[in-house]
Amino acid sequence: MATNVLASVFASGGPNCHFENSDNPCGFPAPGAEIFQFDSVLTFQIGSIDFNITKVTFVVILSVILVVGFFLYAFRRPRLVPKGAQNVGEVGYLFIRDGVAREIIGKDGDKFVPFLFSFFFLIWTMNFMGILPFAQIPATSVFAIPVAFALIVYLTWVPLGIYSQGGWQFFKGMMFPPGVPWPMYFLLTPIELISNLIVRPFTHAVRLFANMFAGHLLIATFSVAAYYLLSATVIGIIGSVASLGVAIALTGFEILIQALQAYIFTLLAAVYISGALHAEH
Amino acid sequence: MSLLAEVTGSIGSIGYGLAAIGPGIGIGIIFGQGVQAIARQPEAYGVIRQNMLLGFALAEALALIGFVVPFVFGK
Repeated sequence: MATNVLASVFASGGPNCHFENSDNPCGFPAPGAEIFQFDSVLTFQIGSIDFNITKVTFVVILSVILVVGFFLYAFRRPRLVPKGAQNVGEVGYLFIRDGVAREIIGKDGDKFVPFLFSFFFLIWTMNFMGILPFAQIPATSVFAIPVAFALIVYLTWVPLGIYSQGGWQFFKGMMFPPGVPWPMYFLLTPIELISNLIVRPFTHAVRLFANMFAGHLLIATFSVAAYYLLSATVIGIIGSVASLGVAIALTGFEILIQALQAYIFTLLAAVYISGALHAEH
Repeated sequence: MSLLAEVTGSIGSIGYGLAAIGPGIGIGIIFGQGVQAIARQPEAYGVIRQNMLLGFALAEALALIGFVVPFVFGK
């Protein structure tokens, strides 16, 4: 049995936890980080590593199946004149190829289209799981998943930079940005090194994670508020309806944020790859 | 020890408020200038929008770190 938002309400105030309910007085049970923790469905051990299968695992598997399934279906028999699902698939492909890969990386960008394409659609689907009924948890709001994605990007662009620019040239470009008076390097070199090699992957993961986390928490807070305020008083009815309206409006806003964050993640991955391929002048 | 002033409750929310000031100003500048650039040169919309979103993402990260830190180090 997975923990969910209503369960956290019940736990802190019982099922009749409502505003101005004199039989069962309770404060507002604000949902916190615990709504992202799910009970294990299955636990097993391989070697010394514990595996916990939770709802999030199923959401990840579902996202992968949806993305792979859709694009296999769309491009199962590609035609010169696309129709139906192939149209949608091609629009998605062209969006990444022309809008991200070629625009940012340049003429070498075509090699990285599959990489960026997979990231964009997988992250978008995982984000979208946050508003899909019954799934209702964006898989990317669990920190491990954005960390894994950011790590893949990091482990791509660093070796790529060393491979395509040469080790010394790559780190020189990173540590000594050109066009700066030399005494500034005492200040600039450590900052650049830390910001490129440590802060960059960290913010890359945190940006996606925190957006999804905050969005999900906001929707949860207003949904719980709609339930909590529901009581037979004027303030209760107005507050409840207003909270529900805000929760619905935020759901619409989340759809925008989900697509935007998937795009920004892909865009930044392309920027990092581009920086690794071509030295700054 | 006598206390002169004390803050109780979630200090993390104050921290988030402080962390949001800078990125708030920054994002305002980024989108303000971006809209201005698009108005001056609508044919460069694609490039401007992309760079606008890139700048927005980099500025926003600071506020988001401020949002996450209370959850990590709180309690």
